[in-house]
Amino acid sequence: MITGTQRHDDMSRSFALTTRLDAIIAWGQKNALWPMPYGTACCGIELMSVMGPKYDLARFGAEVVRFSPRQSDLLLVAGTITEKMAPVLVRIYRQMLEPKFVISMGACASSGGFYRAYHVLQGCDKVIPVDVYVPGCPPTPEAVLDGVMLLQRMIQKRTPRPWKDNWKAPDYE
Amino acid sequence: MSKLTEIKSELAPRFSVSQFEFNSAFGDDVLVVPKSDIFQVLQFLRDSGKFDFLIDVCGVHYPQRQKPFDVVYHLFNSKDASRLRVKVPLAEGESIPSALPLWKGADWFEREAFDMFGIRFDGHPNLRKILTHHQFAGHPLRKDYEADRQQHCTETLPIHFDHDGATRGDVLNERYMPINLGPSHPAMHGTLRVMAELDGETVVRAACEIGYLHRCFEKMAETHPYNQVIPYTDRLNYCSAPMNNVGYCKTVEKLLGVEIPARAQAMRVILCELSRIIDHIIAVGTGGVDLGALTSFFHLFTYREKVYTLFEKLCGARLTVSMTRIGGMAQDAPEGWFDDVMVFVKEMRQGIDEISQLMLGNKIFIKRTQGIAPVKAADAIAWGYTGPLLRASGVGLDLRKSKPYYGYEGLEFDIPVGTNGDIYDRYLVRIEEMRQSCRIIEQVCRSVPGGDYTIRDKGIVLPEKKDVYGNIEGLMNHFMLVIKGLRPPVGEVYDATEAANGELGFYLVSDGSANPYRLKVRPPCFAIYQSFPTVVKGWQVADAIATVASMNVIAGELDR
Ligand code: SF4
Repeated sequence: MITGTQRHDDMSRSFALTTRLDAIIAWGQKNALWPMPYGTACCGIELMSVMGPKYDLARFGAEVVRFSPRQSDLLLVAGTITEKMAPVLVRIYRQMLEPKFVISMGACASSGGFYRAYHVLQGCDKVIPVDVYVPGCPPTPEAVLDGVMLLQRMIQKRTPRPWKDNWKAPDYE
Repeated sequence: MSKLTEIKSELAPRFSVSQFEFNSAFGDDVLVVPKSDIFQVLQFLRDSGKFDFLIDVCGVHYPQRQKPFDVVYHLFNSKDASRLRVKVPLAEGESIPSALPLWKGADWFEREAFDMFGIRFDGHPNLRKILTHHQFAGHPLRKDYEADRQQHCTETLPIHFDHDGATRGDVLNERYMPINLGPSHPAMHGTLRVMAELDGETVVRAACEIGYLHRCFEKMAETHPYNQVIPYTDRLNYCSAPMNNVGYCKTVEKLLGVEIPARAQAMRVILCELSRIIDHIIAVGTGGVDLGALTSFFHLFTYREKVYTLFEKLCGARLTVSMTRIGGMAQDAPEGWFDDVMVFVKEMRQGIDEISQLMLGNKIFIKRTQGIAPVKAADAIAWGYTGPLLRASGVGLDLRKSKPYYGYEGLEFDIPVGTNGDIYDRYLVRIEEMRQSCRIIEQVCRSVPGGDYTIRDKGIVLPEKKDVYGNIEGLMNHFMLVIKGLRPPVGEVYDATEAANGELGFYLVSDGSANPYRLKVRPPCFAIYQSFPTVVKGWQVADAIATVASMNVIAGELDR
């Protein structure tokens, strides 16, 4: 017969687990991302497919799409950001509560894409910090899912995010 | 007697036509008029019933000329589908009377010409920038503005309205509640911004701010060779990308004077009609979402995915396919593709029936849309409406019937027409058009012509890869075409196709070099969306949202 500490240990194992606090928070964060789709252009249409019946982002724990920045923690920038749009994007980003993450979907959002043009911002990382870049024009839905999963791994591993920590809002904000 | 000589003989007693220039080139009629006569000429052409539509107004910059600007008006007659291009040369600093009193639809087109070239229109009440941001200095489509010179924007404009003669747009009325929607707002589809003053729930004034997706398409076209412009056209109306490819290539082919082979024509028709279906799917699906019905969106998207799969089989891309080339298609359809299309069409027919019951037969949907914010036929014409919205207002105009291309004349299909021009009719027309597109695809698929999928003119089309790597002649032709570029003759054309949203026109000016000298897109929803503040006046906010959705404004082609 087992007695003493050992017995208590076994008993508690049957209903509890031990972990570190930050690990379990990360686990929760990663599986409950609430994306805010910032679809401005063609990539936004492909983002609809990601949310739509066939690819279904819900399977990856990012189901609750919010159009309010206050209620979301993942900004999905999908589409070209023009100069005219840049101040709006910054404001939206600042309205989001911590912790917050940004995925830049597509060539335009990441670098301006093939619009090396007078009215196009050459990448949304010029004004907000980006965690994951998804290449493509537009990226396939699979690629976007991969980007989300990459972000989830980053969250779980608590990957340092110097781009985020050192981000300074553009001086006009 | 040709239309142009007829116009000439009728203008002769009224104007000193010796100063006018009449010419026909590449199948287009052109009339050059001095600035002093332009308003009267346009008025005469409208009032005599010669032309009822003002399709487009734009500028062109020729820095070497003494009068460096052209203001170009494209007129259209819906009865016989004839067109006329009226051009007015202008010197630097000169202004021109606004066509706004004649056609309400001139409003935004003239603002765009002002924004892009600095051309001033006398009598225009709101001659402000429209596409570029308010801190942008200069006029980007002038030839001396470098394509990649960016100017940063540091703030957004506060709520403001158009001047209407009596009130200034930036003075708000304290009695009303100002409200701002967008550009980041779910009902504004990402890039539209609507500002309104409300009395309770009722819209007293509204204004649209656009340009949040101004990606400089026209400047990009001027800095890229003809074939490299094709991917940019994909991204105009990205909900139905292949239609833009077709519209653009058809314009360049008109300038080159080439006819594409029957097989390429058939493939283009199939692509266009598939695109029409998926475009209407987005319009109807997101329209439902904006009214609070999520099911239609998810249900319809299943079908959209099926079309994506077809596109993927054809060329590897889903959304932005760039499947056409000048002179034909990029490649032939893989074996069995047409059968796959047939299978899809069969499924789609069933889907359309379901969706039409789900939406058009739904009591809530009917209540939200029937009789809401209707547009009368005469207004629709004056605004420059085309496509499903014009037809919903009761005008049965469709370029596939009135000026058929690619064999549409031999196909059996009907043009659905509404009666009230309200939101319900717009969806009714769209859903019926999907059925007609299914009919068209079936007819074409049943007898796809054999033969080549592209012309083989070595000055226009690149040789196939097997020839490039397989024999010296192919290699040389490839080299020559890449180095020298495709060079159409000097001249200019306008050509239009019936896209999902209406008349998609391209006005192309060539100076004989490898890049277009000027490429103006006439996007259908640009003309439509400018009517929004007037159409929703006096209706409730929720109706205004439903109206935006029913207009199916696609920012890519709106802002370009
Ligand atoms: S990356 Fe390509 S598909 Fe995405 S918004 Fe830019 S142009 Fe459109």
